[in-house]
Amino acid sequence: MRHYVLRRLLVAVPSLLIASFIVFTLPRLVPGDVVQLMLEEKAYGKDLEELRAKLGLDRPIPIQYAAWLASIGRGHLGESLWTRQPVLTELGRRLPVTLTLGTMALTVAVLIGVPVGVIAAARPDGALDFVMRSGAIFGLSVPSFVQAIVIILLPAIWWGWTPMTRFVEFSRDPLTHVLQFVIPAVILGIASAASIMRLTRGLLLEVLRQDYVRTAWAKGVGERAIVLKHALKNAIIPVVTVLGLQVAQIAGGSVIIEQVFSLPGMGQLLVESIFQRDYPVIQGINLIIVTIIVITNLGVDLLYAVVDPRIRY
Amino acid sequence: MTDSAQTIAVPEAPPRAWRWPRSSGPIVRFCRRKPLGAIGAVIIVMLLTMAIFADRIAPYSYDESIARMKPPSARFWMGTDNLGRDIWSRVVYGARISVTVGFATVALANLLAVAIGVSSAYLGGSYDIAIQRVVDAWISFPALVIVLSLLAALGPGLLNLILALSIIGAAGASRVIRGATLGIMQNPYVEAARAIGAGHGRILMRYVLPNIMATIIILATIGLGAVILAESALSFLGLGVPPPYPSWGGMLSGSGRTFMYHAPWMALFPGAAISLAVFGFNMLGDALRDVLDPRLRGGSGSPAR
Repeated sequence: MRHYVLRRLLVAVPSLLIASFIVFTLPRLVPGDVVQLMLEEKAYGKDLEELRAKLGLDRPIPIQYAAWLASIGRGHLGESLWTRQPVLTELGRRLPVTLTLGTMALTVAVLIGVPVGVIAAARPDGALDFVMRSGAIFGLSVPSFVQAIVIILLPAIWWGWTPMTRFVEFSRDPLTHVLQFVIPAVILGIASAASIMRLTRGLLLEVLRQDYVRTAWAKGVGERAIVLKHALKNAIIPVVTVLGLQVAQIAGGSVIIEQVFSLPGMGQLLVESIFQRDYPVIQGINLIIVTIIVITNLGVDLLYAVVDPRIRY
Repeated sequence: MTDSAQTIAVPEAPPRAWRWPRSSGPIVRFCRRKPLGAIGAVIIVMLLTMAIFADRIAPYSYDESIARMKPPSARFWMGTDNLGRDIWSRVVYGARISVTVGFATVALANLLAVAIGVSSAYLGGSYDIAIQRVVDAWISFPALVIVLSLLAALGPGLLNLILALSIIGAAGASRVIRGATLGIMQNPYVEAARAIGAGHGRILMRYVLPNIMATIIILATIGLGAVILAESALSFLGLGVPPPYPSWGGMLSGSGRTFMYHAPWMALFPGAAISLAVFGFNMLGDALRDVLDPRLRGGSGSPAR
C-alpha cells in the first residue's frame, strides 16, 4: 500500500507538468493581443514593443514557460497584466469561495444521488422510481443558469422577495456567509446528483440480479441488509470513479453559477480575466483547477482500496 | 490522467449494423416502445422547422424595435424586451444558432472522434497507448474551462465556438468509438476479410464503419443536446455569438437578467427553449441507445454545464 501511494504520487508529477504546459500555451496560441488591447483601451505606455518588453511577453514562449515554472517553484504565480497585483493574493481571496461552493455542491450531489439511486433500484419501475428518474432527466436537461434564474425569479414574482446580491464575508456574519452558498450549491449539485443517481440505480439493479444476492434472499436475509450490505458495497465502486469526474464537472459549473449569483470566486475571476486576456491570472486559475483534479484522481484511486477490500496494491 | 477515469462500458460484442428503416413499421414500433423518445423526436422536428423556416415563422425580424417591455399578449406571444424586440421572433431565430452550432459541432466532433477512436483501436500498440493517455488528460479537465481558455485564445465568434466545442466533444466520443471498434475487430468476419486479402481501407469501410454506425448515431444525438447546452452556457457568459443576433443563452444574460424582475418573460422563455431542446435530444438519445445498443448504458452527464 505504501509503495502504491508513493508510485501513484510520482505518476502525478509528470501529469501535472504536462497539464501545466497545456495551461500555459493554450491562452497564448494567439499572442500579442493583450498588449494591443491595453494600448487601445487603457493607454498604458506609448510603444507596443516597449510595453511588451515590460510585461515579458517579447521572449519566446518556451523561455516564458521556464520562467513561469521557476517562479511557481518560488511560490509565485506572476502578476496580473492589468492590475499588477500578484496572482496568488487574488487567488487566495477567491479560492475559499469556490472551494466552499464546490464542497457543498459535491455533498449535495452525493447526499441526493446515492440514496435516491438506492431507493429507485430497490423498487424498479415503481412510482418513486418513475418520479426520481423523471427528476433526473429534468436535472440533466435544464441548464444550471436557467434553474438559477427561475429560482431567483419565482419568489420575486410571487412574494416580491428578492435574494441579496451583495456577498457577505465570513468574518462579518458567519451564518449569512454560509447560507448564501446553499441555493447555488444545490443548483450546482443537482446535475451531478442526477448522474450519480442514474449510475447508482443502474449498477445496483445489475448487482441485485446476481446469484449471491439470490442466495441471500433464499437464506432469509432481510431486504434492508441485502440492498445496503450485500449489494450496495459492490455497486458503489464505479460510483467512486464518477465522483472524481464530477469534481471536474462541478469545477466547470461553478464558473457559471458564480456568475449568476455574483459570488466572488475563481470562476468569476476566470471569466473576467478571459475578457481582458489576462494570461497570468488565467494560467494561475487553470493550474489550480488542474492541481485539484490531479489530487482528486489520486484520492479516488486510493479510495478504491477502502471501498473495495479485494483491490490490493 | 488515470486509467480509472473511464465510465463508459466497452461493449464486448459488436452492435448490430445500422440501416435506415425501409418502411414505417419500425418507426411506429419505436413510438410505442419509447413514448418519451418519440416526444423527443417531435421536439427536435419542431426545433429544426423553427431554425430552417425562421424568416417565415417569426412574425417580426429579430432586431426590429416595436414596443418596449410589453408582457406576453396575442400580438407578442412571449412579450417584448427592453429594446422593444419581439421575444418569440428572437427565440425562433435563436433556434438557428442552436441548430447550426449543434450540428456543425457534432459533425466535426464525431469526424474527429471516429478518426482518433478507430485508428487507435485498429492500429493498437504504442500508438494506441500514447493516444489514449492524451485522451485521458483531455477528458479529466473540466470541459468548460478548456473551452473558455480556447476561446480566450481564439476570441469569441460562431466559428471559434464550433471549433472549441468540437475539440471537447471529440475526446469523450473517441473513447466510446474506440471501444466499439475493438469489439468489432474481434469478430471472425474481420479476420475472414483479412484472410481473403482485403486491404485496411476495405476492412475499415466495409466491416468496421457500418457496424459502429449505431454507436456514432447515439453519440451524435446525445452530443447534440450537450452541445446546445454548452453553447447556451457560453453565450450566457458572453463568449458566444455576438449580439444583436439572438442566441438563447445570450438572451438570458445581460439585459435579460438586468430586467428580469420587471419583465420576467425576457428570461423565462429563452430558458424554456434551451431546456426543451436539450430535453428533446436527451430523450431521443436515450431511447435510441436502448433500442439500438443497450450496452452503452451508463451514467454519463453532459460535458459542460
